Amino acid sequence: MRARQTTWLRSAAGIAWKDLAIEWHSREIVYTMGFLATLVVLVFSFALVAGQDSKLGPGTIAGILWVAVLFSGTVALSRTFDREREGEAIRSLLLSPVPRSAIYAGKLAATSCIMFFVELVVTPLVGVFFSAPVAEHAAWLALQLLLGTIGFAAAGVVFSAALLRSRSRDALLGALLFPVVVPVLMAGARGTTLLLDAEVPDLDPAVFWTRFLGAVDVIFVAVGVWAFEPVAVGE
Amino acid sequence: MNGELSLEGIGKTFGRHRALVDLTLSFSAGEVAAVLGPNGAGKSTLLGILSTLVRPTSGRVSFAGQTVLRHSLVRTTIGYVGHEPGLYGDLTARQNLQLFANLYGVPDAHQRVDQMLERVALADVRRDAIARTFSRGMQQRLALARALLHEPQILLFDEPSSALDPAGAAWLAEELARERAAGRLVVLVTHDLDAAAAVASHLVILRRGRLAFDERRSAGFAAPEVRALYEERTHAR
Repeated sequence: MRARQTTWLRSAAGIAWKDLAIEWHSREIVYTMGFLATLVVLVFSFALVAGQDSKLGPGTIAGILWVAVLFSGTVALSRTFDREREGEAIRSLLLSPVPRSAIYAGKLAATSCIMFFVELVVTPLVGVFFSAPVAEHAAWLALQLLLGTIGFAAAGVVFSAALLRSRSRDALLGALLFPVVVPVLMAGARGTTLLLDAEVPDLDPAVFWTRFLGAVDVIFVAVGVWAFEPVAVGE
Repeated sequence: MNGELSLEGIGKTFGRHRALVDLTLSFSAGEVAAVLGPNGAGKSTLLGILSTLVRPTSGRVSFAGQTVLRHSLVRTTIGYVGHEPGLYGDLTARQNLQLFANLYGVPDAHQRVDQMLERVALADVRRDAIARTFSRGMQQRLALARALLHEPQILLFDEPSSALDPAGAAWLAEELARERAAGRLVVLVTHDLDAAAAVASHLVILRRGRLAFDERRSAGFAAPEVRALYEERTHAR
């Protein structure tokens, strides 16, 4: 027999590479996500700012940014698993000797990369439209977004896999996922508020929420690894 | 490459529906076994169990004397071609094969991918084309290349010729014969009785989840005989 067991990391990297290569060719998810996230920011900017002289508070701006991240992220999750469904590619993947946890990790890594790339475009847009100081603590803001993205995608990959063969998956994904990722949304929005608030004297409170996001990630990824096999195989 | 794939008392229920009932049969290396039966007979469930994707409710599956568990290493012995190609339409033929060669840990993956593309006649013109642009026959050729990449001992086919034209179906029959000659066990689930007669040396007929017929003949089966057996054992008219 020619085949030998490949390493867990190599398998996960292979699956992530596959998703990113497909996205590189098609740019479908990035464009759709970018369009939706921009639309959310624009809608809020017209609804909340137009006709007012006063600036929005940091809490509102942070909320708008995280709502844009979550809504556009749902599109990414839905589309990455559409590619597994087309032509029953998921069966080939599940039949390979790759551990299910490596498949999960690969999908999580690719989805997080795509989401984070779009966030890097949308965040400056929020800064421009709402005159928010997004560049002031750029590294911390990027870290919060990255951790929030990983937590969101960790839960989302499991739900997307579970809804792979459901006809109403697009509607169900948001309905099932959003209640679960409330801790990510709350911690992300709270932490970002503190980063954008010029009146907050130090970064300690923001660091707390960043750590909180890290802890949520650990829990969500651990549960995701455990839950992915039964939902992906469909038993 | 010798080994027997055995099922002992296999049962599978989905809720209250019994898809397979106390199924005991065996498949041998170097044979093409055709599994026939009407819709709902349990053919796809059987293939799911053989491929390790479906867990039987009762019974035991063993290969070469070892119980087949859902451990990932077992899957290195299995190649699968379904009626859907199981490929990524947005990747090229080469990228698809390279991906699965890496996932299966195939040594000298680049060379092996080239070999398989040559074998299925996709080497020159189409290897760098996106798989979505392929005809159905070309996609099935690429699917076979994917299934053979890691030189599996067991090849499972689920209605592989359902969307192929006669030339494609003839090509597939030749490939099945070639794999049998190479000593692999080929299990073919199909509704196409003539296709089954053309390649099978072992005929299994299922009816309502139970074994209705199970016989090996080294000389194979004639098409009229397969049709008569099918009608008799499934009560099809």
